[in-house]
Amino acid sequence: MKRKIAIAALGTALAVFAGLSFYRSRHLREPVVPGPSVSRVAHLGDYFEPLKGSINDVNVYVLEGKEPGGTILLLGGTHPEEPAGRLAAWIFAENAEMAKGRIFVILTANRSASTVTRLGGAYPRDFTIPTVWGGQKFRMGDRWSNPLDQWPDPEVYLHYPTRQELAYVDIRNLNRAFPGRPNGTLTEKTCYAITELIRREKVDIAIDFHEAELQYPVISTIVAHQKGADLAAAASMFISSMEGFAIGVENSPKALRGLSHREIGDATDAISLLLEAPEPFLDATRGRTNRELLLDGKDEFVVRAGKRGLLFEKIDEKGWPIDIRVGRHTSTVLQILEIWSGDNPDKAVVLSGVPRYGDVVQNGTGAYLKDPKTVDPAKLVFE
Amino acid sequence: MNTIVTVLYYLLTAYVAVLLVADFLKNRKWQDEVLYVIVLIPFVLRLLRLK
Repeated sequence: MKRKIAIAALGTALAVFAGLSFYRSRHLREPVVPGPSVSRVAHLGDYFEPLKGSINDVNVYVLEGKEPGGTILLLGGTHPEEPAGRLAAWIFAENAEMAKGRIFVILTANRSASTVTRLGGAYPRDFTIPTVWGGQKFRMGDRWSNPLDQWPDPEVYLHYPTRQELAYVDIRNLNRAFPGRPNGTLTEKTCYAITELIRREKVDIAIDFHEAELQYPVISTIVAHQKGADLAAAASMFISSMEGFAIGVENSPKALRGLSHREIGDATDAISLLLEAPEPFLDATRGRTNRELLLDGKDEFVVRAGKRGLLFEKIDEKGWPIDIRVGRHTSTVLQILEIWSGDNPDKAVVLSGVPRYGDVVQNGTGAYLKDPKTVDPAKLVFE
Repeated sequence: MNTIVTVLYYLLTAYVAVLLVADFLKNRKWQDEVLYVIVLIPFVLRLLRLK
């Protein structure tokens, strides 16, 4: 009997250890210091009542300039396992000083997906961006909504409203469920709320931040709905000649449904763009899947795959550090806004305070994260 | 329908967890006892909605 008690106690200890890890992964609170132009923090549920109170009733940071102008939506965390997207959105929410127009920023578009990591993927549950004040910890997240929030998956996922057959697991993928369905799953309802936000706020450009594995052909690019093809092409040219990095343009395929760059452009008046940066952490040929790989983007096996011509983006021993990936996103948005504002002065969106690629690479992403201890706790917002 | 499937899933999970506990109590070999306890952990975490 003593032996059984000892083994049961060991099992209980293991269960508590594992349970605490999962609990912390799901409940880690990430502080946000709203920037100088944040006039209010709305919620996605404000645009679609049934989402209120759910895990995806996420914060929407509304940045308003002194003068009227156009309206932009920045979507971070559509796929939380692509952290450069969330971090770029974070930098806008905490730093942007608006002169003209409005920017709506969502840091964690699929909060449910940010509370779980890839099943069987041995992902770290969180990561820390170093700062001069000590560092900020973020949830790692996954590509799909947490099965605790949306379950079971069907045998076949039929996209609404086109009924195109997609991979069954993508019924929990926010970027396969646009434009959303009001009486659908949590993921579909979240997409519907985002689409409603775009309609009601008369958003001119919706920009969805992503990262991709180097074995994926759509990488280091702006994926553009046909309404935004000229804008994306101009941005690509200016970025490639002025910002210190190259970025391509891809047309949003009309036959591939559910993606933000296709469905938002089709379902609303907004131009829809999706930005992809390289993330070796996602490559199937990667080695150890740890925090270092996530943040440094260095992996000898991915480099080896590159030498064998298996990749669609170059990589060497320097890897793809998070600051380069975040800087690509901030500069791309800034270039898009500058070109848009030049072409559409009545709908201009003018801002300052957001670092460009060179600034982020030189100073680090952490230099643009605000210390939550320096502000009134009542003003803090949590993701 | 999803709610019914979910409830059934949790009932099945609880049922298997009870079987594992019963087998753990009945067993006399320490290697098997350790095995039952390790197998039981994910079922307990599921029931507690931690994983």
